[in-house]
Amino acid sequence: MTEFIRKAEKVWEEFKDYVPTYDEVCEILEKEVVNIEDAAKLLNVEDKNSILLMASKAKKLTRENFGKVILLYAPLYISNYCQNGCVYCGFSCRKNYKREKLEFNEIENELRAMKEEGIDSVIILTGEDRIHSPVDYIEQACKIAANYMSEVSIEVYPLLEEEYRSLASAGVVGITIYQETYQKEDYKKLHPFGPKKDFEFRFKAVERALSAGFHEACVGPLLGLSHPKKDVLCTLLHAEYLLDRFPKAEISVSFPRVRSAGTDFVPKFSVSDKEFIKFLIVARLYLPRVGIVISTREDARLRDALIDVCITKMSAGSKTTVGGYVAQEEEKDAQFEVEDRRSVAEVVDSIIKKGLRPEFTNWVRGVGSL
Amino acid sequence: MFEIGGKTLKSRLFVGTGKLPDYSLIEKMYYEAGVEVFAVAVRRIGPNTKHTKNVLEYIPKDAIIMVNTSGAQDHKEAVKIAMIGRELTNSNWVKVEIEKDTKYLFPDSIETLKACEILVKEGFKVFPYIYPDLNLAKELEQIGVEAVMPLGSPIGTNKGIGCEVLLKPIINEIKIPVIIDAGIGRPSHAAKAMEMGADAVLINTAITTSSDPVKMALAFSKAVEAGRLAFEVGLLKEYEYAQASSPLEDFITG
Ligand code: SF4
Repeated sequence: MTEFIRKAEKVWEEFKDYVPTYDEVCEILEKEVVNIEDAAKLLNVEDKNSILLMASKAKKLTRENFGKVILLYAPLYISNYCQNGCVYCGFSCRKNYKREKLEFNEIENELRAMKEEGIDSVIILTGEDRIHSPVDYIEQACKIAANYMSEVSIEVYPLLEEEYRSLASAGVVGITIYQETYQKEDYKKLHPFGPKKDFEFRFKAVERALSAGFHEACVGPLLGLSHPKKDVLCTLLHAEYLLDRFPKAEISVSFPRVRSAGTDFVPKFSVSDKEFIKFLIVARLYLPRVGIVISTREDARLRDALIDVCITKMSAGSKTTVGGYVAQEEEKDAQFEVEDRRSVAEVVDSIIKKGLRPEFTNWVRGVGSL
Repeated sequence: MFEIGGKTLKSRLFVGTGKLPDYSLIEKMYYEAGVEVFAVAVRRIGPNTKHTKNVLEYIPKDAIIMVNTSGAQDHKEAVKIAMIGRELTNSNWVKVEIEKDTKYLFPDSIETLKACEILVKEGFKVFPYIYPDLNLAKELEQIGVEAVMPLGSPIGTNKGIGCEVLLKPIINEIKIPVIIDAGIGRPSHAAKAMEMGADAVLINTAITTSSDPVKMALAFSKAVEAGRLAFEVGLLKEYEYAQASSPLEDFITG
């Protein structure tokens, strides 16, 4: 199951210093299928013209497979209680943040506020705390959300298969779960205590969810925690593994970059815009039919440029504080800072200006949770 | 003019809507390119939001909506999606599309057959999306589907008529209409499908993701018409040797 991590490391070792020339890049792009060795080489491309060339093929593949459509969603943080000690996180239990958890009527108010902004697809998020936000609390929240939104997904702590099954019957369609890093040694150091210490349990969560009947899954690393290119290769192989194992599921990848969120954590690696862009392009070239998601962690200019090339789904008007949609307050106790603070209307506008169609519904209610 | 699904249509060009950059192009395709049938994925018929209107609001009232079960993974899901689709659109034209993998989007023949059996009984006009598989097409014809929709090439590939040798027998043997669906990337591919004797084509990616979908729809519409006319007239066969020339006939009386 973690075979592919070994494979990614092997491929990375083999090609880590291999920088393909412009002609070699052309040759790879001419091929019907870009293999993982090619992907590893393309990750090292530095030459601007080569990257632009890669971008134009990526754009073609995106349009062929996904059309001129960008899906929009927004996150809803329902609780920030967390027992984990992820050293890079603002919600980490060592921090003296105000712990908050929404009551069901507050969740409803949040959803109403989101709906008024035009949102129709929501991801429900919590920290990891089985006492303060137990599964039946999450399940009830999802049921409420399903009354307001066409599509409900979750980004919560890893659950058991039967727990995922009950969420699926509550109307949940998709799961997002970041492995943070696929490199076990670093993972251990970054997650010193709390249930999240268990790499395997987290890692297998997506498979449990898909076995339980979820239709969509989004995986990825938190770039910067460990060697970025290695984590990108691992993500590509992870997504491919999921596609092979669950051919019916819609798989997407996302590559959030670690940002400061009220911690003094200094990431081991920083990922420049150029690197980040290249990673997304390589993801598209290697996995033409896989969704690529980008959150409001990235700023408006970069997001606007990327929707033209490879992005299929993005968040808009996000509030990353508990109760943020009703309160409309500044993001002081947020899990991470929002870079793109544009309203949903502004994001919609910029999508239309690009000649694309904003779409809020991937699975209309009743169809996604069949 | 041709008869299909209980309707008389002028245009043999059907268009998918899911990948369009702007739904208001649907009306333009209807008026400017004469497209009468629009395929709509049920899963995407969302509610109106503050910023977007539901696709159905853009479809002219005399156009025909063909609901599409894409996203269905087995016959049960396809049947449910078709029911939801009929409810939402008031149209009983359903394109049965069941795919078990999201990598290639190949149709699942067994599940498709099962779904069609149920949907025909439920009173739908059923249009199954299939592999170019003659046996399957015959079974579906027996069941009472309105047409079969074999793929020209895999979805989204724009490779054209990649399965000619498999499509021909279907066109020759099947009495109900044959609509070539998926894989057609250029007007010339569509013309070729029509020259081969297909009754109609369904185009999605090639029109909707072009830089001018309405103009491209027009181009396809002309190609479809040209191909159909040629088929009706009967194309001259290309022989490797010239046909026996007649002046000699008088002398060679066996
Ligand atoms: S990253 Fe998630 S699990 Fe880790 S401390 Fe923050 S909220 Fe908890």
